[in-house]
Formats: sequence, C-alpha cells, structure tokens
Amino acid sequence: MDNLRKEWLLNALLAAALFMVPFWAWIASEPFIITLATRIAILAIAGVGLNIALGLGGMVSFGHALYLGIGGYVAGIAAHHAFHGTPILGLPGTNQMLPIWAIAMLFSGAIAAIVGALSLRTSGIFFIMITLAFAQMGFFFTLSWPAYGGEDGLPIFMRNQFPGLNTARPWELFLVAYGVLILTLGVFATLRAARFGAALMAIRQNPDRAAAIGISPFGIKLVAFILSGMITGLAGAMMADLTRFVSPAMMAWTMSGELIVIIILGGVGRLFGPVAGAAILVGFEVFFGGLTEHWKLWLGLVLLAVVLFARGGLIGLIAGRAQNG
Amino acid sequence: MSLALVLEQLLNGVQFGLMLFLMSAGLTLVFGVMGLINLAHGSLYMIGAFLCAAVAGATGNFWLGLVGGIAAAAAAGALIEVVVIRRLYTRDHLDQVLATFALILILSEGVRMIFGPFPLYLNVPDMLRGTVSLGIVEYSRYRLALIGFGLAVALGLWALIARTRLGIQIRAGESDREMIAALGVNIRALYTIVFALGAALAGLAGALVGAIQSVQVGMGEPVLILAFVVIVIGGIGSIKGAMVGALLVGVIDTMGRFLLPRIFASFLDTSQAMGIGAALASMLIYLLMALVLIFRPKGLFPAHG
Amino acid sequence: MAEPVLSLKSISKSFGALKASDDVSLTLHTGEIHALIGPNGAGKSTLMGLVSGKLTPDSGSVWLDGTDVTGLSVARRARRGLGRSFQVSSLIPDYSALRNVMLALQACQGHSYRFLRPVNRDSALRDGARSILGRVGLGPRASVEAATLSHGERRLLEIAVALALAPRCFLLDEPMAGLGSEGTARLVGFLRELKREAPILLIEHDMDAVFQLADRISVLVYGRIIATGTAAEIRANPQVRAVYLGEDAT
Repeated sequence: MDNLRKEWLLNALLAAALFMVPFWAWIASEPFIITLATRIAILAIAGVGLNIALGLGGMVSFGHALYLGIGGYVAGIAAHHAFHGTPILGLPGTNQMLPIWAIAMLFSGAIAAIVGALSLRTSGIFFIMITLAFAQMGFFFTLSWPAYGGEDGLPIFMRNQFPGLNTARPWELFLVAYGVLILTLGVFATLRAARFGAALMAIRQNPDRAAAIGISPFGIKLVAFILSGMITGLAGAMMADLTRFVSPAMMAWTMSGELIVIIILGGVGRLFGPVAGAAILVGFEVFFGGLTEHWKLWLGLVLLAVVLFARGGLIGLIAGRAQNG
Repeated sequence: MSLALVLEQLLNGVQFGLMLFLMSAGLTLVFGVMGLINLAHGSLYMIGAFLCAAVAGATGNFWLGLVGGIAAAAAAGALIEVVVIRRLYTRDHLDQVLATFALILILSEGVRMIFGPFPLYLNVPDMLRGTVSLGIVEYSRYRLALIGFGLAVALGLWALIARTRLGIQIRAGESDREMIAALGVNIRALYTIVFALGAALAGLAGALVGAIQSVQVGMGEPVLILAFVVIVIGGIGSIKGAMVGALLVGVIDTMGRFLLPRIFASFLDTSQAMGIGAALASMLIYLLMALVLIFRPKGLFPAHG
Repeated sequence: MAEPVLSLKSISKSFGALKASDDVSLTLHTGEIHALIGPNGAGKSTLMGLVSGKLTPDSGSVWLDGTDVTGLSVARRARRGLGRSFQVSSLIPDYSALRNVMLALQACQGHSYRFLRPVNRDSALRDGARSILGRVGLGPRASVEAATLSHGERRLLEIAVALALAPRCFLLDEPMAGLGSEGTARLVGFLRELKREAPILLIEHDMDAVFQLADRISVLVYGRIIATGTAAEIRANPQVRAVYLGEDAT
C-alpha cells in the first residue's frame, strides 16, 4: 500500500475513532470522556489553525496562544454582557455561538494582521521571539486589566447556545466541536491543494526561488498568518465555552508551546496532524496523569524523542514522508 | 513622590537589569557561537537557586551554597549539552525550540521530584543584611551587593572574552566555524565549555535572586522570557548588546511599574489609574522589543553582518 | 538600433570600502546572447543581484522594456518578464519537476491568491508544464521530486522554470556549471534556439561555451566593464588579454 493511501486510511480511522469516543463513553457511562473528546476536537481546531502558518508556511509562531485567548475573551465578554444584560460599546451582549464565532474570528484575524505585518519583516529566531512578545503583551494586558476579571479570569455562567442543539449536554456540544473540526480540516485541505497552498509551501521551501518567479513571499505569508490566527481564534471561543471560563492562562507562552507540540507530535503540515497530536497530548495527560503526578516528565521525554528521532510525528511514522508531488 | 523613592526604584531597576544580564549573557553566547535557541536556560537558573538553597540550608553558609549552585548549574549544563543539545546544532529553530521545551518539562518535574512541591527559602547572608546609606536614600545592602556582583561578573566576562585563549576561540567560533576547526580547536569541547559557562552564569543569577524571592519550580521561565527580550533588543550573539538590553529592560520595567500608575493617577481616579497603569507597565518592555525589531530587525548591536 | 530589452545605466554598488559594481552600463537586445565574463571576485554575482532586484544600486538604474524597474522587488521584476535561473540549483525540493514548472506558470499567469480550485485539476497549468518539460527533454522525469533529480536534470529544470515564465529576457547564472561535456554541448544547442524566444544575459565560467554562443561579450574586472564586443573583438583586445586571459597564460 503506498504512503498516500496509508495516510488517507489513517485519517479516516482517526476521524472515525474520535467520533466513536462519545458512544463508548455512553456505553461505559463515563460522561467525563465525552468532554475529553470535545477538548481533543477543539485543541485540534486550534492546531489546524497553527498548522497553516507553521506546517504549510514554515512560520514558527511562538505566540498563537494570543489568538486562542482573543477568541476566548470574545466568547467570555459577550456572554458576560448577555448574562448581566449590560451593553458593550452600545451593543447588547450575546449568548449565541454563531455570532460569537464570527466576532472571535474577526478580532483574532485583525490582530493577526497587525502582528503578522510587523513580525514578517523579521525571520528565523527573531520571528519566533517577536510573535512571543506580542502574545506576552496580550497575556499581561488581560492579567492586569481589571474590567473582565484580571488574573482571576472570567466565568461563563451559562454556556452559549447553538441553534437547534442543547449545548449544556456534553454529547451535543461534542457534535458542535466535531462538526467545526471537520469543516476546518476541509478548509485546510482545500487551501493546501489550491494555488495559494502551492505558493505558500513553495515559499516555505525556497523563498528566493518563489520571488524569482514572481510570487511575493510577504503577501502570501501574511494572508496565511491571518487565516491561521482566525481559525485558532475560533478554537479559543469554543474552548471558553467548553470550560465555561476564560483566563489569562489561555494566552500564556506555555499554551503557545503546547500548540506547537500538538502539531509536532501529530506531524507538521499533515492534514490530520493536529488531530493526532491533540489526541496524543490529551490522552497522555489523562493516562499518565492518573498513574503519576510527574507525568510531565514523561511527556518531556516523549517529546524529546519525537524531535530527535521521529521528526514526522505519528502520521509521518505510519504513513512516511509528506507527498507534495 | 520623593527623589529618594525614585532613586531607590532606579537602583532596583539597575539591580534587576544586571541579574538579567547574567541570564542573557549565556543565552546570547550560546546562540552566537552555536546558533542554538535554548529555552531550558531558565531551568539552569532554577537549578542554581535550588542547589544554593539546599546547600546553604544544610551548611548554614550562603557562600558555600552559592558555589554549590553555580557548580550544579554548570554540571547540569555540561550534561545536557553532551546528551541532548549537541544533536540540535544542525537542526532548524523549530526543533531547537521543541527539544529545549521538552527539557524544561523534564528538568522542572525532575526538580519537583527531588525537592518536593513546596518552595524553599534562602536567607540573605548575615554580612549583607539591612540597609546602607547612600546619601539621600537608605538602600538594601544585599541589592547593592547584587549590583556590585553583576558588574564584577560582567567585567570578568569581558576580560575572559577579550583577553584569554578561550575568548579568542569563542570569538572565532562566532564568526567562522570552519576556520576554528581548521585551526585545530576541539569544537566539541569548546561548545561544551561555552554551554557550561552560560549555565554557570544562569545558576549564579538564580542563586543570587533566590535570596530575595522564593525558590520554586517554574521560577526560571519568567526570567527566561525576559532574557530573550533582552538579547533580541540587544542583538543576538552580542555580549555588549546583552548588557545594554538588560539594563534597558531592567530599568524600563521597574520604572514603568513605579511611574505609570502615578502618571495616570494625575488625571484619572485612583483605581482606574492603577489598573490601566499596571496593564500598560507590564506590556512596556514587550512594546519596546517590538519597536526595536520593527526599526532594527537585528537588534541594537547586530553581532553578524 | 531598436530599444534594448534590458539595460543597466551607470550602476554602482559598494559594500563598505569595496566597490563591487563601478559605473556599469550594459544593454541586451532582442535576439542576442550577451555573455558576462570575468575572473572570480570581479563582481558578477553582485551584478546579477542588481539586475534581479535582490540588491538595490547606490546609483544608476535598471531598465526593462523601456521602464525603470530600479525600485521594484525581485517578485515584481519577475512578473514584468525577467526570467532568472540560479547558479546553484534553486528549485522547490519537495515538489516534482512538473509541480516546479506548474508553480512558475501559476505565477506568471496571474496571481496565487486562489483558495478553492485544486491545482492538480487545473489542466491549463498541467498541460502547459508538461509541454515545457518535453521541450527541455525532461518529459519522462515529470513526476520525480526535484531533490532526487540528477545534477544535470536539475539544471535543465532550472531552464524549464525560466521558460514557463515566458519572460521578456532570460538571466542565466552559470547554467553549465557542473555539467559534463555532453550536457554542455546539448545545452549550447538549446540556448541557441532559446535566444530567438527572448534575449539571454548569460553569466558563465565555461569559456568555450561562451565563445561559441555569445553574440556579444562583456568583460568585468574589479566591478568595471573593461571591454564589450564580439567574440573575435574580445579575443583580440589587448587589455582583456592582459587582465583576464593573461591569468591562463601564466
């Protein structure tokens, strides 16, 4: 079986397995597991976002937690005002997921446009550090800005609503997250196969060549960075609804690190890389976290081994190198 | 707001900046010579603080603790370099970031396993307790000693790099790796030494700061990020840049936190002013870094052309 | 004489105290191959950078098709018809030969901000790329990744990519480098045909190839052009013999 087929089979298997988890939880009557599966799906959406910038475009953003946090705070603030019946900038709050998602993507996209336009003037380690610096600004801003909870964070008393579903039920919330995940995976696959993806991946491999045939790296990378921030922002809004809580910790640099880890564990630039990576990370936390309080030591060792010896991540390990031909 | 208070804050800023310099010097050397981003540098700071607190606690002697902290950080640095870091020199930045991120997880949990989950406390040595009079301000004797310490180490580092054989090899390593290999320098050993030297400086900073803060797991990461801000502002690979960047960051951060809420209080009500002032102050150095990178994309003192 | 396709007007560029290009003027006309030769360190790569847009000159200007392109980026110059090949093969390593050429076609036929339609089903790109690969003799190797092609094949792919841009002029940086004598002979024949499509500014180390191919030759020494003329004129030029060929004689 060739590698391309293997990857498709593995992807289908991952998608099916994630979908089956809640059934298993229902049979085993462990509703907690449904929440885990929802968390995996939402982390995977955030990872798909980062995978556009990092996997396709080679932009090592060490500050994607910023967009996660922006999305989270949009959801939190909208729900806060809806709950208290107070207006924000003259507009009423809302507890509907769809408009919240739109606003979250708008805001994270706008901030990503500013951060990207400034950061893409640099490259290499400077790019890593400047994206980190912008995320730290967001982190410290939310930490010391008292209006929405400051370092205590902001609770969402009533989970936001999705038309036709009862999001208070774990199973229905999972469906929402799973649906959005499949949609974003579709967006990723379409982008990658289109002219835009061809140009973006070419720029990653050889920016000088891309420029010499007339493709300006800056514009293409900036658009990719903005799309990337928007999808991660969407995941942030959903994450806030899952935990019914937002806090500056969503923007912490360790969160940015975790998002990169998700992609690396799964496979950089691979369609289902973030899904595999999120499943490994959450699974690891739950399984080893139950065995030992020092599970992070083992996570560190596994991560180190993957970086040093298995650079393709899980999907690379099973399906071989990425095919771009 | 009295002049004495401003002066005290200014001295605090300089003291903070010099401790940041100790952290940044190692980070910038390792990047300049080996081209490596080391996120685990903060863990070496933590190891220095923990070992200093443990040895000082067991012997009752701060200075023995300090030596122990430096030695432990240097040894840990050398060990990490030989086992892991060495494999990363030829890898891209993404791999370096991830592998050293993994090292943070391993070292933090390792320290937690050995020393337990609770913070340790490290006392200021008796001879440095209390305050000393500097004309208009009574200043902490220990913090003043930290300033002296920082300056002395900076001077020593400068002498090491400018005047010694090792320094010549380090400078050659920054400009041309093939050439020093051709000159018959043992690059592997040189890299291990440079890494251990950076680790020792981080350990020293951790031990010194440990006496004015609590010694706990995770103490290294905030300092690590500040040290990155410092070397990016200063120009990665440049010791001089690290010094200038460290003092800038130390003074601006300290003075910002002190002054901004007071400035806002002059035209806003106090609670609002405190909030906005504090929010802005905590973002100030990141703003500075972003500005520097936008106008000088390679930092203030670019090490290479 | 008709207006040149490409012209450099009194271009100068210094790096610190080093004058890498010193008042260089040069033209490229329809139908010709203009070769640029010179000893190592004469400033050929600097000049190449100035023409392609990687470097900006301290003074002087670059004109393409009658417009001043001095202030334009590499990508914008490429879109205006500057087809460049690289000295060291510089392709998209993970892309197949076909996709390398398709990417160039995509870049020259409009823009890359199309997010929906898969390139693989874009028959205009695919068929166009196939026929160009056929022209340079790489047809059977279309689906091989650039990174696994042989050195000679990569040089041909460089030419194919430049061809795909349907440029107003070609900028070829040492296309013969590392080719065997057989490969060089084939490429010489190919370039002779290529110049009918668009003129070629050729930087080349292989003197035999240059003297066979070039309609005009310019000799660059220490950043200055010391002579321009036909192959026969350059051979006979005493200054060139002293500075340049003299090195071979000793």
